[in-house]
Amino acid sequence: MELIQFAQRNHGLLLRALSEHIQMVLIALILSVLLAGVLTIVAMFYKRVGTFLTYIFSIVYSIPSIALFALMIPLPGMGLGRNTAIAVLVLYNQFMLLRNFITGLNGVDPAIVEAATGMGMTKAQLIYKVRVPLSLKPIFVGIRLALVSTIAIAIIAAFIGAGGIGLLVTIGLETGNDNRILWGVILAAGLGIITNAALVWVERKIK
Amino acid sequence: MMPSTTVAIEYQHVCKRFNGANYNAVNDVDLRIYEGEFITILGSSGSGKTTLLKMTNRLLDPDSGDIILFGENIRDVDPVLVRRRIGYAIQQVGLFPHMTIAENIATVPKLLKWDKMRIDDRVRELTVLVGLEPDEFLTRYPAQLSGGQQQRVGLARALAIDPKIMLLDEPFGAIDAINRLNLQDELKRIHGGLKKTFLFVTHDINEALKLGTRVIVMNEGRVCQFDTPENIVKNPTDGFVESLIRSCREQERFW
Repeated sequence: MELIQFAQRNHGLLLRALSEHIQMVLIALILSVLLAGVLTIVAMFYKRVGTFLTYIFSIVYSIPSIALFALMIPLPGMGLGRNTAIAVLVLYNQFMLLRNFITGLNGVDPAIVEAATGMGMTKAQLIYKVRVPLSLKPIFVGIRLALVSTIAIAIIAAFIGAGGIGLLVTIGLETGNDNRILWGVILAAGLGIITNAALVWVERKIK
Repeated sequence: MMPSTTVAIEYQHVCKRFNGANYNAVNDVDLRIYEGEFITILGSSGSGKTTLLKMTNRLLDPDSGDIILFGENIRDVDPVLVRRRIGYAIQQVGLFPHMTIAENIATVPKLLKWDKMRIDDRVRELTVLVGLEPDEFLTRYPAQLSGGQQQRVGLARALAIDPKIMLLDEPFGAIDAINRLNLQDELKRIHGGLKKTFLFVTHDINEALKLGTRVIVMNEGRVCQFDTPENIVKNPTDGFVESLIRSCREQERFW
């Protein structure tokens, strides 16, 4: 009951945290997908680059997020705040996106690829006319996984002053305010679960 | 049929060895194919017949030797352009599952940016040519067709821009005996009406002898014999061709 009263008194605070969080996540996701898309196309033309990038980003992915946030702060153009947080989120996403995109595009039935090549499609035509339309599912799965993990990792971004739901938790911890902490957890988990469920539903519609 | 004197395909001492292998997959193939011939390439798996076929549209490149199509050395031509001039059909068909039958057949005309009217007319014409009813099939997707119907679409797609040369890699290999006979007859009919050069790979000796105006028999990368079906049956040049024909006769004994 106390939890509900807290929300009634502070609904402005909660809504602002939620909307800041969603904004940060969406910007990070769009930039992530754009970057991963470009890198995937490069990887389709130069296989070794793809292997190398996947390897590098798998290392990035294994760095604990709070450490990566801290590491980025001293870099030129970074510092405290939302932009640094978004840069970190974009870096984290590359591994999951690249791996799903590249395996998806390479997973197209070899007979279809042979027929298309034999008919005289260029490598680029093969990608956009055949490979991409036939790997919508793995591409979408990659985006869903990236989105859900971004929602979670963005909580940590509050430590470097990026705001969002994480701020409820950090301030709650500092001031010993259990209601704040709980609301932070509820919003973060709720956002993650609802987004995931919605995307799984969309995914089923894709053949 | 009186063969034309125009050389459509010429292999000049063509050799191909795959990475890591210690033998040549195709070993010094040297022969000429004239325009309008229906050439079948007969051989068991590993004989190099598919490798020879794939070098003809530059899906593979020879290590040495040259391939000349209508007087032009294809080594000097962009592979994409070589392929767009040649029809290509394979056993697994490889239809695009996300496109309708009409879109599948229109693939190469679209790559060549034909206008829509011309594409539509050509697609209907081809559908009829391969024995399918346009109104019934054109809006369907490949998954809604039987194996035999899919291969008919594969042939239509390969014939789309009226290529002078058609490469067919065991196109009927996965089709049941009855449909296979029908498709063989129709392919023969299509060839007869079109004045095209067909290169047809198969491991089925009956199919090779039935369809080919001349037959290339391959074993271990080499051409054992290149002759008309009659001559191959009457005068096999070496033990391998002889054993092929004997095995075929032995099968007939069951009847």
